[in-house]
Amino acid sequence: MNRRHFLGLLAALTASPMLPARFSAAADKPLLHLFGRLPPSDQVQRVLAAGSPAGVLAYALAPQALLGWPMSMQGEKSRLLPDAYRNLPHLGRLAGRGSTMPLEKLLALRPDVIIDVGTVDDTYLSAAKRVHQQTGIPYLLVDGRLQDSPEQLQEVGQLLGVSGRAAKLAAYAEQTLGAIDTVRADHRSVYLARGADGLETGLPGSINTEVIALAGGRNAVAIKSGGNLAQVSLEQLLHWQPDLIVTQSAAFFERAQTAPSWQHLHAIKNHRCFLLPEAPFGWLDGPPSVNRLVGVNWLANKLQHSDLQKGNSQPWEDKAAEFYQLFYGTDRGMDIFAGQTVHL
Amino acid sequence: MNVKPASRGFHWPLLIPLLVAVVLAALAIGQYSLAPSVVLKTLVAPIFSAPGLSSDADIVIWNLRLPRIAAGLLVGAALAAAGTAYQGMFRNPLVSPDILGVSAGAGLGASLAILMGLSLPLVQGLAFLGGLVAVSTVYWVSGLVRRHDPILVLVLSGVAVGTLFGAGISLIKVLADPSVQLPSITFWLLGGLNGANKEDLVFTLPLVLAGLAPMVLLRWRVNLLALADEEAAALGVDVAKLRRILIVAATLMTAAAVSIAGIVGWVGLVIPHVARLIAGPEFSRLLPTSILLGGGFLVIADTLARSVASIELPLGILTALVGAPAFIWLLARTGRTG
Repeated sequence: MNRRHFLGLLAALTASPMLPARFSAAADKPLLHLFGRLPPSDQVQRVLAAGSPAGVLAYALAPQALLGWPMSMQGEKSRLLPDAYRNLPHLGRLAGRGSTMPLEKLLALRPDVIIDVGTVDDTYLSAAKRVHQQTGIPYLLVDGRLQDSPEQLQEVGQLLGVSGRAAKLAAYAEQTLGAIDTVRADHRSVYLARGADGLETGLPGSINTEVIALAGGRNAVAIKSGGNLAQVSLEQLLHWQPDLIVTQSAAFFERAQTAPSWQHLHAIKNHRCFLLPEAPFGWLDGPPSVNRLVGVNWLANKLQHSDLQKGNSQPWEDKAAEFYQLFYGTDRGMDIFAGQTVHL
Repeated sequence: MNVKPASRGFHWPLLIPLLVAVVLAALAIGQYSLAPSVVLKTLVAPIFSAPGLSSDADIVIWNLRLPRIAAGLLVGAALAAAGTAYQGMFRNPLVSPDILGVSAGAGLGASLAILMGLSLPLVQGLAFLGGLVAVSTVYWVSGLVRRHDPILVLVLSGVAVGTLFGAGISLIKVLADPSVQLPSITFWLLGGLNGANKEDLVFTLPLVLAGLAPMVLLRWRVNLLALADEEAAALGVDVAKLRRILIVAATLMTAAAVSIAGIVGWVGLVIPHVARLIAGPEFSRLLPTSILLGGGFLVIADTLARSVASIELPLGILTALVGAPAFIWLLARTGRTG
């Protein structure tokens, strides 16, 4: 998510009802926007990701072509990556005014293509067009949300000359999203706690809580304002009483266990608060890209099998390991579950 | 508000009941709907029975609303008191508590803590520390310059250091993860009391009282700072020392308030003016009036912040939205009658 997302939060996402998620991808809106002409797909050797969602997508599809990270990958995040990609440089992002990468550095890197992923609007299109005009480098914009990830993976994979790998990843995405029954009646409510105080959250329909809707849950935040991120109060949470609380913030997770005022929430009392990994990429959010597929998978599993948890045949570590192997090419990372008090 | 100097003594019987009414209203308003009778019953319950939080109403009132209202009173009072002291000391009506960079410093401390993913107490601790560091830097820098008016040097150093710390905040925003950390930083900088709890009060109250004590004890001398330095010195005031004490006191209070509430503008600038319109310029009368008004105003703003929309609105936005029109109205009225 780039700065433009952040600034356009309130306006951009009003029209995304939580109706049948798999069908809401607008048919009349193209998934890809391309400025310039791409080299033949077998000659795309150098890929530059403009923002962190694009970084994850490009890394999952063609890690060998990725020139560097648009975001900082330090500590735990880089430790989980395979040795070959651990030391890729931090290049900064391209996001119009919010860019941290100088155009001259961009030229010096000689990428065959620049890829960016996000919610495409006119600001975004014109910024991409300008970069293309100034540098002559083809600029590929990928629109769409998590429910479009099979198509995203497939089409971008084709352009990058990695159709085989893309097909495998797309199949995983398709299977994950397809297997979930999002029209069941008894949607459990899920609260996404962000920030160290846990009172920052994503509103229903926001890009930040796509995972909840796609996993067949209901956002506990009972507000229909079409915004993106917002702050709420404990008083409201007490009123909503979410069935489940999920977070990626270790600071909040610790607070939720200890702070007296949080103990009045049923979800905390019943140990239904879960800390999910954010390395190498977040399971729920941060960045909003294909990395969230594992979070959808986990949450759907949690929502549908919460009653027969103990009899669950395949331990969740295995499923997560499968995802990490497939998308990130790493078998590291499973130990991050072991040390935490996470209820997986 | 056409209050003549002769009638100034009469505002106490009006202000205190008003504040009590505001607090009671704030207790009854909120997103968790409770009937006023339930609120009242919950409030008086501990008198008759052993304390124990059994129902949701108990939790909402005693654990959530009361601490939050208390935090609002405390933060508003601290900012208003600091603003009052500074406006007197700098002999300038446009001065607010963050003139010496305390908000910028606190913002930098908090942003840094969020960038590092620290826990909430550490975010607050670093914010407090950042505020102290910023003001100490300003004081130290102003001490290096000898040949100018000391007040002017203080203000200019404050502007310079504030800008420097502000640039630091911007840099951290650029470096922060745009999907996770940046929103948290932005929300923090906009201010809010939605997380306020008892622990916050335990942390802030002693600091605010420690800052308030010297202001109350020195209330007569603060008036003399309105005079030129030489004249005040001729009346036996150690101007430099008094100034130092006031800066330390105001900084302690402001940094403590900002560390739990984030950056809440406008209160420290405008409340002292309103207080001056009501109570006149005499510091021993101005200070308590400012404190009552500041506390009440912030509780009103925060009650609106948590009740007008279905989400929490940032407090910094509310104080400006409510405060600016009210202030303009007040200015216009007093202008005509005065």
